[in-house]
Amino acid sequence: MLDPILDIRGLTKTYPGGLTALGGVDLQIRKGEIFALLGPNGAGKTTLIGAVCGLVRPTGGTIHAFGEDMGKHWRTLRARIGLVPQELSTDMFEPVWRSVSHSRGLFGLPPDPARIEAILKSLSLWDKRNVQIRALSGGMKRRVLIAKAMSHDPELLFLDEPTAGVDVELRRDMWKQISEMRERGTTIILTTHYIEEAEEMADRVGIIRAGKILMVDEKDAMMKRLGRTEALISLAAPLAAVPEVLAAYPVALIEEGRKLCYRGGDGAGQGKTDVAEVTKALTRAGIDYTAIDIHESSLEDIFVDLVEGREALAGGAA
Amino acid sequence: MSLFNARSAWTIYKQELMRAFRTAMQSILAPVLTTSLYFVVFGAAIGGRMQGGMDGVNYGAFIVPGLLLLTLLGESTSNASFGIYMPRFTGAIYELLSAPVGVAETLVGFVGAAATKSLILAAIILTTATFFVDYTIIHPVYALGFIILVSASFSLFGFILGIWADSFEKLSVVPMLILMPLTFLGGTFYSIQMLPEPWRTVAMANPVVYLVNGLRWTFYGSSDVSIGVSLGLTLAFLAACVALIAYIFRTGWRLRN
Repeated sequence: MLDPILDIRGLTKTYPGGLTALGGVDLQIRKGEIFALLGPNGAGKTTLIGAVCGLVRPTGGTIHAFGEDMGKHWRTLRARIGLVPQELSTDMFEPVWRSVSHSRGLFGLPPDPARIEAILKSLSLWDKRNVQIRALSGGMKRRVLIAKAMSHDPELLFLDEPTAGVDVELRRDMWKQISEMRERGTTIILTTHYIEEAEEMADRVGIIRAGKILMVDEKDAMMKRLGRTEALISLAAPLAAVPEVLAAYPVALIEEGRKLCYRGGDGAGQGKTDVAEVTKALTRAGIDYTAIDIHESSLEDIFVDLVEGREALAGGAA
Repeated sequence: MSLFNARSAWTIYKQELMRAFRTAMQSILAPVLTTSLYFVVFGAAIGGRMQGGMDGVNYGAFIVPGLLLLTLLGESTSNASFGIYMPRFTGAIYELLSAPVGVAETLVGFVGAAATKSLILAAIILTTATFFVDYTIIHPVYALGFIILVSASFSLFGFILGIWADSFEKLSVVPMLILMPLTFLGGTFYSIQMLPEPWRTVAMANPVVYLVNGLRWTFYGSSDVSIGVSLGLTLAFLAACVALIAYIFRTGWRLRN
């Protein structure tokens, strides 16, 4: 990748208790993109962000931002990076305006009421500017944290689980605002454990699990690669073997032949089409069924697949 | 950007002072009330029965530097410790850690604000004292210098305490169980020359004795220990606190883990 805005090499973090949160992370972020770091709880997402933003001291590895070493030039580099934390934690007794202005000063910039006003308006916080943060709803509090992170006009913005605990309507709103920030030229790295969120917003997706980046790819390619449809068809009468007519599909009999399980597709609708074909084939073959349960594979399923796939590969190579 | 981010330091300083005024009842009124009560009880009630005063100084006036110091130690320590502990406790410290701010800005901001609060308190207490007793300050420049030195040192000490503490209990244990007894036994209300041996010698091991007597010297020109020793020890304590804080920031202890 040419001139990545963020270049992480061999990053490790072992906490004093012996817990290894990051086990050698390599990651390059392109300027201007929205990158989604997707992983289950405890995968190391927050630690990774913390290591870049100065919250966590890495055990090993290097981080370069804007082409410079974070370890050496942290003072100038941190001024160009913003962070919206996962927890709603700030001085709750401060009014919104003062809290956001304070953040700008903390990052070494002179007061700029016009800029603060623009930020507050863009986040629909202007009417609440004199309200103490503790009096705001959860969604509004999160917007205040975003406003604080934007107050020094960072070129690189980290959003740690920006929609955690936010209702559906606000989540849509948040997605829109993040897209707007990108349009203004901010590079955005967000963490999430919702596939839909990564799918909705990201240009590229990285999957992290147990402190390791499993894969990084363009979102569409990733979804195609990972998306799986699972369908369980409850049969009226148990079967001894998979019917000949279904030989072309990834199906198997489970629960002593009482259910037919389909697992396949490409995350772009192929799975659902397949399931429709399977049911038609069953009807044609005169095999009756009583229920169909169909769902897209969860993040956990994907991780299991990924890890099993890796182990299979490793086994094959040995 | 240079080695020191003045605007960041100023922002922290301003914020911390504002927090103090937000809680003015607790941070300003309470110490003034407590000190007034000491004057009423010790100065007026007991002092009235002390013939000849203490070291030739009227008893009510004698306890002014001690009381001032009692408040300075307690308030500097608790203000600075709360200032850094609260954001650690709520998680709001993330912003400070992610900002282009190092040990110098943090110290100037947090410790400077705590010390400033102590200086404001000192002025209020000295003013309050004039309503109860007549006292003089023979060496006003030394007195001011000493008050600033003590405020800065114990604000630094409080800052360390606020980083070390991982519970509210620990935060209050040190001021209550160590600082308070040392101050009461450190000659705040009496001259340690009054103590019988071996307690007089034992008392010399109490660092607060040197603080109280240093301040008392600036008021009345005489004390149990020489001003040079007092100043030297206070400066040494200040230097030790600064060194410890620099070490804490270098290792990230309790801040970046």
